[in-house]
Amino acid sequence: MLEVRNLSKSFGGLKAVTDANLDVPEGSIVGLLGPNGAGKTTCFTMIAGFTKADVGTVRFRGQDITGLPPHRICELGMIRTFQIVQPFAGLTVQENIAVGAYLHHHDRRDAMSVSREVGKRLGMGAMLDRPASSLTIAGRKRLELARALATGAKLLLLDEVMAGLIPSEITEIVGIIRQIRDEGHTFLMIEHVMQAVMSLAETAYVLNQGKMIAHGPPRELVKDPSVVEAYLGHGAAARLQEGSHA
Amino acid sequence: MRLNSVGQIALVAAAIAYLLGVYFASSPVWMGFTINALIVAVIALSWNITGGFGGLSSFGHAAMYGTGAYASAILQVKFGLNAWIGFGAGILAGAAMGAFIGALAFRYGLRGSYFALVTLAFAEVLRICASSFEFTGGGSGLQLTLAPGIGNLQINDRTVVYTALLIVVAAVMALTALIKFSRFGAYLIAVRENEDAARALGIDTYKIKVQAMAISGAFGGLAGVLYLQLWLFIDSTVVYGSAVSVEALIGPIIGGAGTVWGPLLGTLGLHLLGEGAKHLLPNAPGLNFVLYAIVLICALRFLPQGLVGLAGRVGPFKKKENDNA
Repeated sequence: MLEVRNLSKSFGGLKAVTDANLDVPEGSIVGLLGPNGAGKTTCFTMIAGFTKADVGTVRFRGQDITGLPPHRICELGMIRTFQIVQPFAGLTVQENIAVGAYLHHHDRRDAMSVSREVGKRLGMGAMLDRPASSLTIAGRKRLELARALATGAKLLLLDEVMAGLIPSEITEIVGIIRQIRDEGHTFLMIEHVMQAVMSLAETAYVLNQGKMIAHGPPRELVKDPSVVEAYLGHGAAARLQEGSHA
Repeated sequence: MRLNSVGQIALVAAAIAYLLGVYFASSPVWMGFTINALIVAVIALSWNITGGFGGLSSFGHAAMYGTGAYASAILQVKFGLNAWIGFGAGILAGAAMGAFIGALAFRYGLRGSYFALVTLAFAEVLRICASSFEFTGGGSGLQLTLAPGIGNLQINDRTVVYTALLIVVAAVMALTALIKFSRFGAYLIAVRENEDAARALGIDTYKIKVQAMAISGAFGGLAGVLYLQLWLFIDSTVVYGSAVSVEALIGPIIGGAGTVWGPLLGTLGLHLLGEGAKHLLPNAPGLNFVLYAIVLICALRFLPQGLVGLAGRVGPFKKKENDNA
């Protein structure tokens, strides 16, 4: 569904992302991992059209979308969420979701009924009339997801939706994401919460210092020495090995 | 135009009572005063589209107001065209000016105070141009030929003028309500609240902002043309001066930016206050501007949503229970 080839971006002398390749098959949940500053969010912003890649191509459903503005990409059915949640604070929850729904439902009544329905599906039925600014962090993360879904997008790029949530909230949102996937959506998610990645993602990519260093099922990735070293420093893998033998 | 508290209904009722009361007061002074306030209300409603809903605070709405007035005046004085053609042309010229300023400013991603400064600069440049060129009448301005009659859009009967202005203001407010509860309005508010999130949700924010400027410009041009047809005379200071730009933004901010009633309520309230001050202290001309400033500072500090927001806190209606709770 999504094919990323040789994506590169530098900011001045800093190579944020170099030659990144990535595939997201339809109906899957793919993780994008990596330590802080690895270039994950930069990757996302390029895929979603928020920043222009220096080199490389992004293809969505076979169509080259490299360099298209975000709103065009969203119309085609791919949407990103933000790591720092961005609700429209002055609007109610339902109106927030409706902004997403308006993309393909131009009539106010249609948009509002779609947003009500999406809100209920994500367990926000009781909050629809509350101002978005009154939501807790968990509520805002859900709202971010609901708004993205309401656009009718098929591929959702989630930027750390679990960050800042307590374990019980994580369990809930994992359930929601699984439910949405089963309804026919595809996910590419940046995630630090390993519990979530392990239980959700079929495959994951690991980015370190702007380069893809590993790719495979999460359970195998955590044993991959290069991944361990990316997180814990050079030589850590070997020391862990010794530790487990001792 | 959804009113959701006792306070808001009382506020709106008071305004309507005042506007209707003017008919019975049989005081030409009051009527003249309210006619002026209504024209200012139109430019305030114009500012409200961009500044209120879109969060694009312009400090130069005189650019649209003056362009509307000048476009109509030039067509009438220099080309001898009918006032009604000038009327339409003035609205279009205002819209075009708004779209032009918007296209240029947003092309370079200006927002906040930078946008305010650019709009101010546009209005000032236009003011200087209008006072320099021959076809705009230079420093002496443009004077329409006196030819009363509805065909020339020159009406002597103040009551008729007043009624017509009430209808115009009501129409602009109805359009505002229509915009507010439409897809475009929702997108505009989304842009105000968070532009990045809006872009992610498939909104072409540049297009929305330029369209908002065009609509706002059309309303601004309309206000300018109304002024021209009322006074039959314009010059660069009167229609492009910064006083117009200030009046355009102060009413909505006091009344409630991004609401349907706010611009009218704020404008009426301020004008009444200014007029009252003039009568109470006749020896201190210009005191009304000092009052404006004090009220504006208080409104910004204590009334983030203006009079409408304040009234909304007085006896709010109970929200209907959620059907799915």
